[in-house]
Amino acid sequence: MMEEVKETASVLSVHDDSIKVTEVLKDGDTLTFIIVSQKLSGTGEYHVDRTYEDFEWLQQHLFSQGDVPGIQGVIFPPLPAKPQVNASPRSIKQLGFLALGECQPYCKALETFLQQVAAHSILSKNKAVEVFLTSSDPPGRQKVKKNIFNRLSQAVEEMRKEGHKDVDEFFQNERDHNLVLTGCTKTAAEKFLDVVATEQKIAVACGHFSTALHLCVEPGEDPDKQAFSRVCVKLSEVFESIKKNMTSVAENNVNTLGLGLDLESRYQEAEREMLFRRTCKLVELENAQRNVEKAKPVKKAAMEEVKKAAETEFEHTSGVAKQEVKSTINNCIPHFHVSFHSGLVC
Amino acid sequence: MATSSERSPPPFPDSEDQDVLDAEEVRGRDSDEDEDLFGTTIDRSEVTAGVIDPLSQQEAKQTSTAPVIDLSGDSQPVTSKIADPLVDLFSDAPPAAEAKKPSSANVDLFDDEEGSDIFAEPLQTKPAKQPQKSLFGEPDEDVFGEPLGAISKKPVPKELKEKSVTTKVTAGGPLQDSKPADIFSQAAASTPSVTSTVNPKTNGVHSEEDGDIFAEATVELSLDSPRNERKKEATAKPSAPAPTSLPAAASLAKPQPPALEEVRDGMNAYMAYKVSTQTTLPMFRNKTFTVRRRFSDFLGLYEKLSEKHGPNGFIVPPPPEKSLLGMTKVKVGKEDSSSTDFVERRRGALERYLQRVVNHPSLLQDPDVREFLEREELPRAVSTQALSGAGFLKMINKATDAVSKMTIKMNESDVWFEEKLQEVESADQQFRKLHALVESLVVHRKELSLNTASFAKSAAMLGSAEDNTALSRALSQLAEVEDKMEQLHQEQAASDTFTFAEMIADYIRLLGAVRGSFDHRMKAWQRWQDAQSMLQKKRETEAKLLWANKPDKLQLAKEEIAEWEAKVTQYERDFERVSATVRKEVIRFEREKTKNCKRQVITYLECLLQSQQQVSESAFSYS
Repeated sequence: MMEEVKETASVLSVHDDSIKVTEVLKDGDTLTFIIVSQKLSGTGEYHVDRTYEDFEWLQQHLFSQGDVPGIQGVIFPPLPAKPQVNASPRSIKQLGFLALGECQPYCKALETFLQQVAAHSILSKNKAVEVFLTSSDPPGRQKVKKNIFNRLSQAVEEMRKEGHKDVDEFFQNERDHNLVLTGCTKTAAEKFLDVVATEQKIAVACGHFSTALHLCVEPGEDPDKQAFSRVCVKLSEVFESIKKNMTSVAENNVNTLGLGLDLESRYQEAEREMLFRRTCKLVELENAQRNVEKAKPVKKAAMEEVKKAAETEFEHTSGVAKQEVKSTINNCIPHFHVSFHSGLVC
Repeated sequence: MATSSERSPPPFPDSEDQDVLDAEEVRGRDSDEDEDLFGTTIDRSEVTAGVIDPLSQQEAKQTSTAPVIDLSGDSQPVTSKIADPLVDLFSDAPPAAEAKKPSSANVDLFDDEEGSDIFAEPLQTKPAKQPQKSLFGEPDEDVFGEPLGAISKKPVPKELKEKSVTTKVTAGGPLQDSKPADIFSQAAASTPSVTSTVNPKTNGVHSEEDGDIFAEATVELSLDSPRNERKKEATAKPSAPAPTSLPAAASLAKPQPPALEEVRDGMNAYMAYKVSTQTTLPMFRNKTFTVRRRFSDFLGLYEKLSEKHGPNGFIVPPPPEKSLLGMTKVKVGKEDSSSTDFVERRRGALERYLQRVVNHPSLLQDPDVREFLEREELPRAVSTQALSGAGFLKMINKATDAVSKMTIKMNESDVWFEEKLQEVESADQQFRKLHALVESLVVHRKELSLNTASFAKSAAMLGSAEDNTALSRALSQLAEVEDKMEQLHQEQAASDTFTFAEMIADYIRLLGAVRGSFDHRMKAWQRWQDAQSMLQKKRETEAKLLWANKPDKLQLAKEEIAEWEAKVTQYERDFERVSATVRKEVIRFEREKTKNCKRQVITYLECLLQSQQQVSESAFSYS
């Protein structure tokens, strides 16, 4: 799903699909990720180490590109939730699949995030991305003030605007479809998580059983006893191998299908947010239009301007959104598909 | 004579020995192929690898001679080894003296035999069950004339996929070598079972008469349930495929049409179990018969047997416990998986219980057992009801027993008993732990199957919501595959339960019974000691009287002394007898345990293999 950046004037100087999160270092409570990326020109690699806060910094910068036209129509690649070394049950639930296994699924998720950002035609142009990937010093940690995503206010208006009928059929369909898909993917991801968790439990139980069997071994000369002991030992070995098998099955599942489902579901969320933003813009535009009609002649001109601004914004947004949606279909699905197949054969 | 019906698998690692031994087997076991004894082929699975031992070889040799000699040809119709090619060779080897002595008089004799038997036994039981191989056709196990009454279990070739145990119980007076083949089909068997043939040791004790007394009793307990398919599977014993040309003596277990009856009578509803027996023992009236029994009947039988034989040191197999909760659920008509599980478990446990009783040579002689199997209507065993007067009495007895056990400090002269007791205790602990673990494993598996099912559903939903056709198709296929896996997991859980957990639970109960027999022995010792101290006191009184010179009282005292002396001698003898019985019983028990364990483990592993294969098949079919 990482398409090559087609644009010529890409600010980014690295290959987007060469970005890899190779390692994670645990230092007390903080996790540091090592990111390696290949230079576009010539040979060579950039090695940088970043913490989760740096990722957030990057995301903030991406969000705050108010000046880029149509930025609101962009589906922002989702950043996984913050990892914690001693995770609380709630955060584990939040992380879902990414909490299972060692850091491997989580690193993969971060990697995907970076790759998606770097491959995005609009986002990759942001200087922050370049800085993030190539600068050896950690990027600044200051909070960026302007943030178009003020979650709080959104939540309140969400209910009202969510159901707002769209003018464009394409988008209306997309919104409906997205709603259904998001729900389904989330459910599937949760259920699969249950399956994997149970598999792990079985593995543990098998391990216990195998140990207990080992303890059953009775020493002695009596052939009876010896035979019995032999049975126990063999059985214990069998269970040990069952346990190993189960563990690897669970691991596989997590790394492939689990990850895919998780990614897919987060992407759907991001798309939903984008569509919502567009709907908000639509509402704004309609309000502006109404104001223009209602406005007294004195204010009419001002209203007209506002309306025009809203219109332009809306159009830009829609344009970008359409592109995004279309490209999503090509992006995400194959990735998902691949993880599917590999996940099946356990 | 407890031991006669021991099953000691004949040590036949190879066909020849087998044949020799087979000669008279009545085994109606279908596995006539006699593949050659376990030993050779088995190695396929690592599990069985260790099993075949050279020891078994030796055993085989040992025993093989005997039967051949003794065969007098006619006696056993059993000799028909049916289809076995190998069999033909020895077709009529008269079974070596197999007489089982029903009477306990020959206890000592058998004790020796028993000893040797034990060794042969365990090794045999582990024939490898290769999933696709018909392994052992040990056709007639009983060839060995074992005075102890060999019980031969014939290994069932895998193809037959049956789990049947042919046990021959020779009991009854004139038994001779014929080894009856007792075929017990275990109801729950759906996998091949390994039957080990008992290795009868020819014990010169018996002459082979050509009588054909085969004590064969096959007890097949089929639980008829309204859910036919389930029961069918359970009761569709392997017998179906089993060819079993039965020699007269052999009895094949045939599947009984399942029909669990539930007699409805409001809150007095109860579950009636159909008990079918096939036998050739002369002491029974018919060859096959079926009766209906309630759970309390089983308990009543146990009560009677333990009263009669327990104090003599026999290990009376215990039935499953009463479970108020389980039965109430069933009565109320709750049709969910837990109640069917409960019923199935109980049925299996009852069947194994009866089989154990029947396999015990001396218990089989008990008229109560016969009555239980034969009589149409049994008087209600009210003493088993929990809240009756008899129930309370029992509870009180148990309490006093426990107290007295704590206070009796036995002066153990025989270190063997002490060791055994230790072993029993530790085995009990281990088994309990294992049981808990297996149960938790079963719970997890069930959970897995549930989760897989719900994942399959959600994947299907996702597939239908997704508009990308390739992905959508992939998702629906995934849903199907997951569905199949769920079934497999479910089955695996069931097999875990029934082969493993139940077996372990059985053994925990049996170990309790073993400990009970030890207790009885202790009580006998106590009686003896009490009598001795009484005697001592009487003697002192006599001395005092002598000294006080009271001739009339003296006479009385002398009489009392004589009386007590007799008692002392009798109790001492009792004690010895009980000790010997206990010893024998324990040895037999251990042998049984090993054999059964092996068998169950093998079955379980086969099942596991199968299900793994299926899982990988379905996974591959997806891609």
